[in-house]
Parts: sequence; C-alpha cells; structure tokens
Amino acid sequence: MIALLIRDLRLAFRAGGGFGLGLAFLLIVTVLVPFSVGPQSTLLSTIAAGILWLGALLACLLSLDRLLALDHEDGTLDLLLTAPLPLEAVVSIKALAHWLTTGLPLVLAAPLLGILLNLPGPGFLWLVSSLAIGTPALSVIGTFGAALTVGVKRGGLLLSLLVLPLYVPTLIFGAEVARRGAAGLALETPLLMLAGITFATIALMPFASAAVLRMGLR
Amino acid sequence: MPELGKYAVEVLSAYAASLVLLAALILLTLRRGRAARAALEEAEAEARRDA
Amino acid sequence: MSIWQYANPVKFLALSAKVQPTLWLISGICVVGGLVWGFFGTPDDFRQGSTVKIIYLHVPSALMAINAWFMMLVTSLIWLIRRHHVSALAAKAAAPVGVVMTLIALVTGAIWGQPMWGTWWAWDPRLTSFLILFLFYLGYIALWEAIEDPDTAADLTSVLCLVGSVFAILSRYAVQFWNQGLHQGTSVPVVTGGRSVADVFWYPLLTSMVGFGLLFVALVFYRTGTEIRLRRARALRARVGREL
Repeated sequence: MIALLIRDLRLAFRAGGGFGLGLAFLLIVTVLVPFSVGPQSTLLSTIAAGILWLGALLACLLSLDRLLALDHEDGTLDLLLTAPLPLEAVVSIKALAHWLTTGLPLVLAAPLLGILLNLPGPGFLWLVSSLAIGTPALSVIGTFGAALTVGVKRGGLLLSLLVLPLYVPTLIFGAEVARRGAAGLALETPLLMLAGITFATIALMPFASAAVLRMGLR
Repeated sequence: MPELGKYAVEVLSAYAASLVLLAALILLTLRRGRAARAALEEAEAEARRDA
Repeated sequence: MSIWQYANPVKFLALSAKVQPTLWLISGICVVGGLVWGFFGTPDDFRQGSTVKIIYLHVPSALMAINAWFMMLVTSLIWLIRRHHVSALAAKAAAPVGVVMTLIALVTGAIWGQPMWGTWWAWDPRLTSFLILFLFYLGYIALWEAIEDPDTAADLTSVLCLVGSVFAILSRYAVQFWNQGLHQGTSVPVVTGGRSVADVFWYPLLTSMVGFGLLFVALVFYRTGTEIRLRRARALRARVGREL
C-alpha cells in the first residue's frame, strides 16, 4: 500500500505529472474574479470565502480525469486488479494521493489567496479548516467519478457532469462554514455536517468506487 | 374560455410550455419505438435469410 | 406465477402489449380530464387569482419527477441483485421521462413564481433541489450514452443511481439548511394524511396526478419495449456479422 502511495506521489511530482496545476488554476481563478465582479473591496470580502471554495472544488475536478485514466492506459490498473491488495484499498490510496497532491496544497495556499480577495480577519482560520476538512471528501467522491468513467474515451466532460452534482452537499456545508467564519457567526452545525460528510464518504465511497472499477474493467 | 384575469399570459404559457414538452416526449418516444421495430424486423429478416 | 416471470423479455413484451392500450386510454382520459376540469371547471383562488390553475400541471409533474427517480432506484437494485435485463432497460427508459417531468415542474414553477413571488427563480430549497435532481438525471443519461457495452452501462448507471440517490437526499437537506424557503409546504402531505388544498381544487388535481402517474407507466412500458427491441436487433446483427 505504501509503495503504491509513494509511486503515485512520485508520478505526480515528476514533470508533467500535474502537480501544481490545481494550485495555478486556483490562483488564476482568484485573479480573474475581481476582473469579472469589480474591484470593490467590500464586495470581494463578502464573496471571498465562497469563491475560494468554488475554485478549490474546480481545481480538484480538473485533476480527476488523470487519477485513474493514465493507469488504465498503461495497464497498471489491470495489474492492480489482480494484485493481492483489495481494490477498495487501492482506490483509497489513489484518493489519498490525489488529496495530498491537489487538496492539501490548495488548503495551504488558500489563506494567501484570501488576502488577494480581502477575506476578513477571522475568516482565515475557518477557511483553512473548512477546506482541510472538506477537500478529502472531494477527492474520495472524485475517485468514484473517475472510476465510473475510466473506460470511456475522452470522459473528461462526462466526469464533470457526474461529479459536480455529487459535490453539492460538501460545497454547501464547506462554504457555509467559511462564510459564517468570515462573518463571525456560529458555525458548529455546518462544521459538524461537513465533517460527517467527509468521514462517511471516506468510509463508504471506496466500496462503490471499487465495485464500479470491477464492473467497468471486466 | 374561463376568465383568467390579469394572469392570463402566465397561466396560458404554463399550459402551453407543459403540453409542448409532453408532446415532444411522446413524439420522440413513438418515433424511436417505430425505428426500433423496423430495425428489429430488418435484423430478423437478415438472420432468417442467413439461416 | 410471480412478478419475476416478466424478467423474460418475451413475456414482458406480451404483457406490455396487453396492458398498454388500456393504460394509454385511462392516462389520456385522466390527464386531459384533470387538466380540462382544472382549467375550465374550477374557481380562481382569492389570493393567487387564476394562477392557481398551474397547480394541475406543477404538482403532478413534480410528483412524477421524484417518483421516476425512485422507480429507477428500485429497478437498478433489481438489476444489480437479480441481473434481469428488463429491469435495467426499464431504468434507462424512465430517465428521459423523469427529465421532462422535472423540466415541466421547473418551468411551470417559474411561470407561477413570476407574478406570485415577483421572481422567476429564487434559491429556495425546493427549487434548488429540483435543479440538482435535474443535473442527476442528465448525468445518468449521459453515462448510459457514453458506455458501449450494454451490461457494463447497466452496471455503472445502476451504481450511479444508488450513490446519486444518497447524495440527492443529502443535498435536499443541505439546501434546506442553507436557505430558508419561499415555497409553500407540500400540497399532498402523505404522512399526516391531511391536505392543504380545498376540495374544489383537490379533485381535478387528484385526477391529473393519477393521469400523470399512469402516463409515466405507459411511457415506461413503451420505451422499455423499444429498448428491448433495439438490444435484440443489435444482438442479431452481431451474430449475422460474425457468421459472414
């Protein structure tokens, strides 16, 4: 398992592996937002938390189609299918590697981008924590979507269509935590819901992803 | 025609839009159904000829 | 005799051919009857004016939009557990009908909302969850279209339907939490057994709901038959092609 994780991480960090693409995407989105809505700092500070959440979500989505597709193309996935490691573990590792290379950098970069968007002072802590709690769910759900479309040629667009509706609850609660945090309101309920979604998806989605992979590659 | 009052446009457009959507669904369904029947007959005829 | 004998496509087609004329007739009578009755035969509401007539389209279509997904969930489960092809094809056949029902509910709701709430669209929980349901339908249909092998497509769409159901329900509660609504409470509270609609409006509404329900069943029967024929034609072609 650890070998698989290290392999995935190494592939991601290597040139052309796509590491940092998500980060660059989020940066560009953040830069483009003031151009599209205007530079008033009051407006920006109200929407900053939501924009960063949306940007992070899209950045996650962006890197999903290479999550399993590359391994499918070069046959690694077929090898993993016959490996002694249960497929549920394989997809969990894949999701973890995706989170480490995409989600975690986004979490760390978010406060810097928050400065660009005039995020109010108390919002930083909650933005970072909500992203840290919520992005693992995005990776796990995304792995399910990638597993669904692994056999489809040019499935990138289809993948977005399938995954985005599944992201709705995570986005709602995650952005709500960040927004309430920025406004200094009580946020226990959405925070607990967000954590609940993350833990539930981490516990259950690998089974769905593995089942779907077995069906798709049969 | 009942007196619809000031909301006539809304009520009529709601009915029109819904009926158009339903009609489109039924027409497409029937057309696809007919095409499927034709395709099956053709395929069966072909299969018989070969057999 | 059990319901499972209709897992045989031939038996299913025979049954479907037998019941369809009746189904179409009754559903046609109920839909047309309910709508005509509602449109011509009911008074205006004292607050909503004549826009209350939209309810005869809005409520039945919304009801069927949800029930169509529920039916797809059940047939998907049957496919996954018992591997009956007819079941998978019925789910496939129902999805576009569900899309149209969702669209009708959204469109009539928007048209009604414009004079009553003063806006075409509000990010109200019910409206939002219907929009999300619409997206789920689109994804489901797109996945069916994208995968070539029919059994794999049935497998994958079934799992998507299961997972999607969980997330759709989760979204329903998430949006409820996220925004308090403008939308009135349900017109047909099944759980409490009561209802919030007066009798004059209720009977035509009930007729229309029955009509939409039967129309859905008739459409699904017909469309499932279409899918079975297409599948069979394809199988025959493939066999002939190999022999040549």
